[in-house]
Amino acid sequence: MPSSMIRIVALTKSYGPTQAVKGVSFEVPKGQVVGFLGPNGAGKSTTMRILAGSINPTSGKAFVGDIDVTANPVAARKLIGYLPENNPLYDEMMVVEYLRFIADVRDVPKDLRAARIKSAVERCGLTQVVSKDISQLSRGYRQRVGLAAAILHEPDLLILDEPTAGLDPNQIVEIRNLIKDLGREKTVILSTHILSEVQSTCSRVLIINEGRLVADDTPERLTTSANEGGNTLHVVVGHRLGQPMDAQAIRTSLSALAGVSAVEVAGDEGTGTLGFTVRYGTDDVRRVLFDTVVKNDLVILELKRTQVSLEDTFRKLTDARRAA
Amino acid sequence: MNGALAIAKREFRSFFTSPIAYIVLGGFLLLSGWLYFSTLFLAGQASLRGFFGVAPVLFVVLVPAITMRAVAEERKSGTLELLLTFPMDDWQITLGKFLAALGMVAVALACTLPYAFTVAALTGPGPAFDWGPVFAGYFGLVLLASAFIALGLWGSALSKNQIVGFIVGIVLCFAFYFVDKFAPLLPDSLAGVFEFLSVDYHFENIARGVLDTRDLVFYLSLTAAGLVLTARQIQATRL
Repeated sequence: MPSSMIRIVALTKSYGPTQAVKGVSFEVPKGQVVGFLGPNGAGKSTTMRILAGSINPTSGKAFVGDIDVTANPVAARKLIGYLPENNPLYDEMMVVEYLRFIADVRDVPKDLRAARIKSAVERCGLTQVVSKDISQLSRGYRQRVGLAAAILHEPDLLILDEPTAGLDPNQIVEIRNLIKDLGREKTVILSTHILSEVQSTCSRVLIINEGRLVADDTPERLTTSANEGGNTLHVVVGHRLGQPMDAQAIRTSLSALAGVSAVEVAGDEGTGTLGFTVRYGTDDVRRVLFDTVVKNDLVILELKRTQVSLEDTFRKLTDARRAA
Repeated sequence: MNGALAIAKREFRSFFTSPIAYIVLGGFLLLSGWLYFSTLFLAGQASLRGFFGVAPVLFVVLVPAITMRAVAEERKSGTLELLLTFPMDDWQITLGKFLAALGMVAVALACTLPYAFTVAALTGPGPAFDWGPVFAGYFGLVLLASAFIALGLWGSALSKNQIVGFIVGIVLCFAFYFVDKFAPLLPDSLAGVFEFLSVDYHFENIARGVLDTRDLVFYLSLTAAGLVLTARQIQATRL
């Protein structure tokens, strides 16, 4: 049993009449980096707050390293490093003052204090700004300060609520690398809107929608399941001699190819090019498709294999209106 | 307890990074000094009685000005969520805030010590300056301020608006200051009750140099009540 870092059992949380989390259960083993996905208001932050100990669940249980967070909150919180949504910080403090305060509050032993602060500062790339006021820092640096504060007491579990929200692309890559680095030795649960982030940093994805868990798998498998075993090609063709083409005839000849399951005309702008979307199974149809096109006196101007991304899975699982 | 001290330390330092501390301290010293010294020479008595007479009413404004940001600002900036995830019991947050504000009041009071030294130096020949009532008065002011701080903290914990915290604090502190002022008009039995509820009445007892447990119990219970309400208000954030 001690191998699981997080265990959540039938967790619910109500704010007055609205139920934000409606019975979520999952378990996270030690050392895993888990991405927590969901649209706004799905219950991600609420679940993370309950784990981190800032709010109490309405019913259900949450355990961190086998400690019940409601029965024994102080002991549970010692194991956790938490970066809240929007990363609130004491703006009037200097970075190093803030980290000293966190070390005080987290009861980091006096003799380890200086070394821990130094290593957190170096790890999060804050050396340049340690004696600046937090209010003067850019968003990227603020986020690093939040992360440095979260890892200062060397927790086993990191809970990061939207760690890359509001950052520019360069900052996102930096923070992502930092999280990857931290994930090598700690259990990490992070929430995000950015799906590529999950693909690049997490070994597991939990998708939550309207307070319920709707998917729990590896990013790869979620991507394939959205493909439903099929692939898609996007083809743009033109006539070799610039003569007019018959879209329906080409469509029929492409549909006849072995392995192709469906062909749609995707673009006919009357500019001498035609676009098609070709869906096919597991066999690669690109060679036969090329041959057929050439046989029909056409040339291929564009051939692109589009992979269904995690985004499509996400949209499919969380779009309630379409499902209804 | 470590958690409370860490919070108190941070909070106390943060007072001095905002101009509020200096404005509040300056205002208090200016008003108390002016009100005190303008009557001192008319009375011709070498005592701090005049100062101890105006200090409680000045505290009605001073203390809520110190405590108004305490919880409201944390709520507004979102840092309250951080506090709630630190490994400490909720009462430590409240205690930390209380100690920081008490520290600030202590600074304000320390700045008035020169009044005592000045007056002691002005004392003419004859009996030496009597330090007993001075110590008693300062002790009483600390007790009175503790009660006001606890009330002010509760006001600050109510919302994320520090102005609300300030006004609620002033109203509560003023109520406990003013409650016995019309006691002479009431029948004796009622007057006793109103006097017992008054922070000023108990302060006058202590400032006279009479240390009665009834006065101590009154201040300590009022302080405790305010702190318990504050802690509960902070705890309600978790619901």
